[in-house]
Amino acid sequence: MALDKMLVVGAALFCCGLYTILTRRNAVAVLMGVELVLNAANINFVAFSHYVSRMIGGQIFAVFVIVLAAAEAAVALAIFLRLFATTGTVEVDTADHLRG
Amino acid sequence: MKGPVDLVFYVLAAVTVGSAILVATLPNIIYAAVALLFAFFGVAGLYILVSADFLAATQVLVYVGGILVLIMFAVFLSSRISSVELSNPVHFRLPAAAICLALFGVLAYTAVSPAFIPKPQVTYQPTTAEIGELLMTRYLLPFEVASVLLLAALIGAALLSRPDRPDIPRPDMEEP
Repeated sequence: MALDKMLVVGAALFCCGLYTILTRRNAVAVLMGVELVLNAANINFVAFSHYVSRMIGGQIFAVFVIVLAAAEAAVALAIFLRLFATTGTVEVDTADHLRG
Repeated sequence: MKGPVDLVFYVLAAVTVGSAILVATLPNIIYAAVALLFAFFGVAGLYILVSADFLAATQVLVYVGGILVLIMFAVFLSSRISSVELSNPVHFRLPAAAICLALFGVLAYTAVSPAFIPKPQVTYQPTTAEIGELLMTRYLLPFEVASVLLLAALIGAALLSRPDRPDIPRPDMEEP
C-alpha cells in the first residue's frame, strides 16, 4: 500500500531539513530547516494515523505540533531581532556569549 | 491507491521533496523562503491524500499564512537586502551531505520494510467534526495547555522584541 511511499517522502523531507540545520550559519535558515523537520514528523503522524491506526489521534498530535511550530517561530523571530540589535548579525556562531 | 491518485501523489511528492532540496541548497535566503512556501503547499496536498482535510487547511493557514510571513519578516528585518547572498555562509557541506544521505538510506529501508501492517481497507471521510469533538473531550487538557503556551509565547515575544528603555541600564552584551 502507499504507507511506505508516504514514509519515504517524510524521510526525504527530514533529511533535507537536517542538512539545512547542519550547513547553514544564518539563524533564519536554520529555523527553516527546523520547520522542514517538523513537517516531516507531521507527515509520519498523519500517514500512520491513516494507514495503520484506527484512531484519529495522529492528526490531533499533528495539530499540536503545528501550534508548537507557530509559537516557536514567533519566539525565534523575537530572539533573532534581539540578536541582530546586539551583535549586528544573525549568524548562529556569533551567539556564544554564554560560553566560558 | 491506483490510477490518477497515484499520479497526483507522485506530483505532490516531487514538488515537496524538490522544494525541500532547494531550501537546503539555494544560496539566496529569499529564494530558499519561496521554496519553503512550495514545500508547505506540497505537504498540505499530501495531507489531503491521506484524508486529513482539516490538517491541510490548518497547514495552509498557519504555515503559509503565519510562519512563512514571520520568516520573511525575520529575513527582511535582520539582514540588509543588498547583502543577502553574502550573509548566508555555508559550512561542513560534504560531511553533512554524507550524514543526511546515510540517514535517508536507513529511514527509507525501514519505511519499505514490511514491519508496519496496514489495516485492510482505508476509509476517506471528513475529519473536522471528529477532531473538534475530541479536542473538547478527550484531548481537553493538552488543548488548554497549548493555549497557555501560546499566551506565554505571545508575551515572551513581545517582551523580547521591545526596544530598549533608556532609563534601565542593560548589562553589556559585547564580547567578554
